[in-house]
Amino acid sequence: MTAEIVPDAGTVRRRPAEGTADGLRTPPWLGRRRRRPAISLALRASVPLALLVAWWWGASSGRISPDVLAGPGAVLSALRELASTGQLADYVLASARRVALGVLVGCGAGLVLGAVAGLSALGEELVDLTLQMKRAVPFLALVPLFISWFGVGETFKIALIAVAAFAPMYAYVYLGVRGVDRKVVEAARGFGLRGPRLALSVVLPSALPSVLMALRISLSVSLTGLIAAEQLGATEGIGYLVTLAQQYYRNDYMVLCILIYALLGLLIDLAIRGLERLATPWRGQVTAR
Amino acid sequence: MSRDGHEVAVRVRGLRKAFGAKTVLDGIDLEVRRGEFFALLGPSGTGKTTLLRVLAGLERPDAGTVLTAPRVTTVYQEPRLVVARRVLANVTLGLPRSERDKGSRMLAEVGLGGRERAWPATLSGGEAQRVALARALVRDPQVLLLDEPFAALDALTRLQAQDLVAELCARHRPAVVLVTHDVDEAVRLADRVAVLDDGAFVVDRAIDLPRPRGAASTASDPAVLEHRRELLTRLGVLPASDRVTPPSGRSGLTSDRGVIA
Repeated sequence: MTAEIVPDAGTVRRRPAEGTADGLRTPPWLGRRRRRPAISLALRASVPLALLVAWWWGASSGRISPDVLAGPGAVLSALRELASTGQLADYVLASARRVALGVLVGCGAGLVLGAVAGLSALGEELVDLTLQMKRAVPFLALVPLFISWFGVGETFKIALIAVAAFAPMYAYVYLGVRGVDRKVVEAARGFGLRGPRLALSVVLPSALPSVLMALRISLSVSLTGLIAAEQLGATEGIGYLVTLAQQYYRNDYMVLCILIYALLGLLIDLAIRGLERLATPWRGQVTAR
Repeated sequence: MSRDGHEVAVRVRGLRKAFGAKTVLDGIDLEVRRGEFFALLGPSGTGKTTLLRVLAGLERPDAGTVLTAPRVTTVYQEPRLVVARRVLANVTLGLPRSERDKGSRMLAEVGLGGRERAWPATLSGGEAQRVALARALVRDPQVLLLDEPFAALDALTRLQAQDLVAELCARHRPAVVLVTHDVDEAVRLADRVAVLDDGAFVVDRAIDLPRPRGAASTASDPAVLEHRRELLTRLGVLPASDRVTPPSGRSGLTSDRGVIA
């Protein structure tokens, strides 16, 4: 039984390439397109730069009212004002310390519990359901409870950030560990690796891409936790700056805070990319042969 | 379908491709016609797969012209099925819904009629590879590229799969380019066999044997043995009459069926 053939029917349409008289043509390129790094970098930067230019143009031509969005000049002078008194550095440092401690605690717990749940059936049975329920509780809903437990001091702030950072870490590590190639794990078991040694030398290195992805998300969620934490009982920190701007209705400070957060997000992203390159050198070496 | 018996479907002139300092293809000329089965042999790392990838548009040549007929499909060493889609959806991947019947017919042709709704993970290695073959053939290719499609199959399944490919290629008559390590496979399937070494063809010869070439009958055919002997010698493996055991260092070049004494 021959499937009788209508020319071109059922063919994936390809872009026409230069043809010859006998109907032959150069194979259309199906591989990956690679751009030169300089062009790639320029493309990446182009959209943020265009937004900046639009902002500057809108403000200087008077099309954007300073009450709606402070212009670049006003924001720069606000930045200079804060920097000259040394407040900016203090604020950023205070916030960075809180985030670092909170992320360390939250991500540490998330990593351990995620690995336990992903690695052992017993761990999954004991831990997973509870943590899925916990994950459904927005961490901001815990603010009143945490204040009644810890007061509004540093402990409260770090605990809130830790809780915020915990959830994505747990979820991604659990998925990452579950996604490790079972055949490789079977083989490693056959070579006598068990328990913690199996986890440390086979499973966690293989799940490292997921762990780094989790770290990236945890860090950005922890910035949200930071604002929430620093709105109460803080005298320094970027979140405190947001509160101040709100109280005094200082549009230039509001915009400055947004820019600081954007910059922090960029720095976090760059740091994680660097870490990915160092910690997972085998990626990007995959060839499709 | 004799009308396309002489149609050239692959034309390569002066193809050069280097990876870093290593030139894997150095001035390759190749012409394959519709209905012709061309097999390419060579030790690992000699650029057989690179040549195939250039033909598929997955690798850019550094120099030379590469022309193919417009409809080119590939079967790889692994089935490369989408695990999240059923067998029929894999066969008709990217085709309009109206082609589903054709997909079913093609599945029947590869011996998997009725398995349309199976998931790829439930198939054996040989079955998955037959789905991959159906996926390549349902597009009615003018050029069919086979990149060691039988290498991951067990010896018995491999013989059956070879017979199936020979039968389907004779029926659909694409120009076939097969890359393989297996001399016996090349001799059984191909109209023409070339050996690639150091970036160039060192052998390019026609295999004028009657078809079908059953595994049992060709094993003792003196003409087959002669082809086999010459190709193996060219590949650096001394034939059985010259040494008792196959050399261990390059055992990838001998077939799994061992050396026929």
